[in-house]
Amino acid sequence: MAEKGTFGNPEVVEIETDLLIIGGGMAACGAAVEAKRWAPKDMKITLVDKAALDRSGAVAQGLSAINTYLGENDPADYVKMVANDLMGITRDDLVYDVGRHVDDSVQLFEEWGLPVWKQPGDEGKSLKDGGKPVRSGKWQIMINGESYKVVVAEAAKKALGMENIYERVFIVKLVLDAKNDNQIAAAVGFSTREHKLYIFKAKAMLNVCGGAVNVFRTRSVAEGMGRAWYPVWNAGSTYAMAAEVGAELTMMENRFVPARFKDGYGPVGAWFLLFKAKAANALGENYMEKNADMLKEYPPYGLSKVPATCLRNHLMLKEMKEGRGPIYMDTVAAMANLSKTMDAKQVKHLEAEAWEDFLDMCIGQAGLWAGMNIQPEKSPSELMPTEPYLLGSHSGCAGIWVSGPEDIAPKEWQWGYRSMTTVNGLFTAGDGVGASGHKFSSGSHAEGRIAAKAMIKFALDHKDHKPSLAKSTAELAEEIYLPVRNWLANNSLTTAPDINPNYIRPKMLQARLQKIMDEYVAGVATWYVTSEKMLERGLELLTMLKEDSKKMAASDLHELLRAWENYHRIVTAEAHLRHTQFRKETRYPGFTYNATYPKLDEENWKCFVNSRIDPKTGEWTCKKVPHIDLVPKG
Amino acid sequence: MPSFVYTEKCDGCKGQDKTACMYICPHDLMMLDKGKMKAYNQEPEQCWECYSCVKICPQQAIEVRAYADIVPMGGAVIPLRGSDSIMWTVKFRNGQVKRFKFPTRTTAEGSVDPYKGKPEPKLEDLTKPGFFTHAGQTLPTLKK
Ligand SMILES: Cc1cc2nc3c(=O)[nH]c(=O)nc-3n(C[C@H](O)[C@H](O)[C@H](O)COP(=O)(O)OP(=O)(O)OC[C@H]3O[C@@H](n4cnc5c(N)ncnc54)[C@H](O)[C@@H]3O)c2cc1C
Ligand code: SF4
Ligand code: SF4
Repeated sequence: MAEKGTFGNPEVVEIETDLLIIGGGMAACGAAVEAKRWAPKDMKITLVDKAALDRSGAVAQGLSAINTYLGENDPADYVKMVANDLMGITRDDLVYDVGRHVDDSVQLFEEWGLPVWKQPGDEGKSLKDGGKPVRSGKWQIMINGESYKVVVAEAAKKALGMENIYERVFIVKLVLDAKNDNQIAAAVGFSTREHKLYIFKAKAMLNVCGGAVNVFRTRSVAEGMGRAWYPVWNAGSTYAMAAEVGAELTMMENRFVPARFKDGYGPVGAWFLLFKAKAANALGENYMEKNADMLKEYPPYGLSKVPATCLRNHLMLKEMKEGRGPIYMDTVAAMANLSKTMDAKQVKHLEAEAWEDFLDMCIGQAGLWAGMNIQPEKSPSELMPTEPYLLGSHSGCAGIWVSGPEDIAPKEWQWGYRSMTTVNGLFTAGDGVGASGHKFSSGSHAEGRIAAKAMIKFALDHKDHKPSLAKSTAELAEEIYLPVRNWLANNSLTTAPDINPNYIRPKMLQARLQKIMDEYVAGVATWYVTSEKMLERGLELLTMLKEDSKKMAASDLHELLRAWENYHRIVTAEAHLRHTQFRKETRYPGFTYNATYPKLDEENWKCFVNSRIDPKTGEWTCKKVPHIDLVPKG
Repeated sequence: MPSFVYTEKCDGCKGQDKTACMYICPHDLMMLDKGKMKAYNQEPEQCWECYSCVKICPQQAIEVRAYADIVPMGGAVIPLRGSDSIMWTVKFRNGQVKRFKFPTRTTAEGSVDPYKGKPEPKLEDLTKPGFFTHAGQTLPTLKK
């Protein structure tokens, strides 16, 4: 830990590398394993994560299912499913590419030690050798996934060697090259453990810091606000850092509002798909059947066998708003039905499976059931749509606009290097890639591997390029330590450190952001409704908040971490707001409604919305980008 | 469910420069009070209840108390993680107890070798679809 007095003067460490992987989650670990195998011996690969690889990112506590394993399925059918769930606007080239690659990652996980459930008779037979997995749905397979991330991290660590991995270093910003326009040069951050500032210079960079959580006010605002559905520590760094160096973003108006078990946000997938449970309103009515007519307003997305996720929320919200909540998952009937054909031992096993679903990936939900005396075979459980999250790998498609695979992408969707953003040398994957959702843990890993190959190509093609920075290391250090300076210069002014006219502490900055987003940009306070006027006012308030971020104060390294995380949240929030403002329709009813344009408008808005910040002026522009179907949709 | 540390059980990881709980928390929440040599959760309202700290603590000094703004008191969920499986004890508010045991991995910890027995890729395949593990295979494509 930093000693008092020296706090404002960090040691600066400069590291030169060929490839830099920013993040240590699923995409990053995939990239590490793939990159090392292809890279020439003298190519240096470095990884930096703000946490410890074993338990960083969205898979930290484990998972109970791998949601993307194609098996016998055709990748073209996967493309259709993803497009339908995301209301038609996805990049078929990117989705297909993930679909045809993803199974290999899953087979490696199993080889490395991840237990995968098998059908009776196939126990002990690996997926690679044709072992049949237990599917909870067409695309999902069940696992014993408590140690999923530990196993995946182990492979990445072995590949790169710990000497090339920097844990507990938070990247604050990317820096463009001083001599080459629109080319990435460096990533700058600080250690949250030691008094050190890091400058990583690299030829090619993979920015994979996950999605954005805690941008909106959470339903629980005291202790429970940590119990976000998506990982509370992913702060939109991926989007904010890319946007600030001028990378084009896409579909940042998209969001995900999962309907989950209330407050604990435990998974419902296994309950719906594996245990065949039904959800109903408080009167016991099946709202999907009762409100089926509402789906007809959204052809074709509402009419497919599994209607788009947002539309299922849309039907549920009608019940809640009209006072027929709470909504319940009827776990009692589901368990009773299943146990009709089972003996006592099988019933016990079934019960264990139901608990494992929580204990493997959402332990808090198990705690909630324990505290409320809920046993699924005896009492049903409440469901609730959460606060909104911005992400690109789960059931959402917010993210960065990237170059597609050469053999599939039309020429407007490729510019030489797969997975490269519109900034030369800057790549992304997983939650970072926009317009291609439903990759999940396995698809994110695979996509990191795909990107790694293209990064090597880029580094080889730019062998002689030496990154150069316009700013001195001292200037960069000052920018990052600004919150520390603010603290040191002002904290003795008042008797209570939280309240000071010259600075704002990160916690309050976050509270203000969440309040703005909740009240003006379709959070839970308004049942996800916004309007042109609300967005206008929201942007005014957000702009003042961004100005005030220059006055963030950090009294220690932990608070410095929170300060910059919240800055990333603000930039990400602004992207979401501006995109929502630009799209003059309601594309995702159930996730968000624009009351000024309450209808889906296929004729004018079946297109991507892309945005860019001009890195010189800081100005945002949004534009329409035509959508193309590469796989014909039914 | 923020994590909390039992005063009696925590030994500050015996004064090593890195305590296990500080090392592992994905959100940088666990903090060592160097004067007392005891760890604590410095920002309970940011805790995801991921249990990473609970599972790793060598003294089993860390537990989780359900979020007080959501959950009635008295329940507990306690893991005991071994090298290939995990045991869970779920205590209900009404005193009932359930126990579960699940496998966690099928290989020895530290035994992963990502390249063992895998083909060496050829650099000329770098821009073709497929991973190093796909050597010799052609992946499907879409007609342009
Ligand atoms: C509750 C929940 C349920 C899910 N269910 C499933 C499921 O059942 N099946 C399935 O297959 N998938 C599931 N997923 C999805 C899956 O976890 C994600 O798709 C996947 O982890 C995304 O990978 P990523 O690499 O993009 O991000 P992550 O894995 O989240 O990794 C992000 C990484 O970036 C690091 N980082 C962040 N900011 C910075 C910074 N500024 N500087 C340095 N490092 C930084 C983080 O520490 C972390 O290492 C679930 C996720 C959640 C949260
Ligand atoms: S890991 Fe356990 S023993 Fe070590 S400091 Fe943390 S709480 Fe104390
Ligand atoms: S439960 Fe997870 S988030 Fe909470 S303190 Fe422990 S490691 Fe950190």
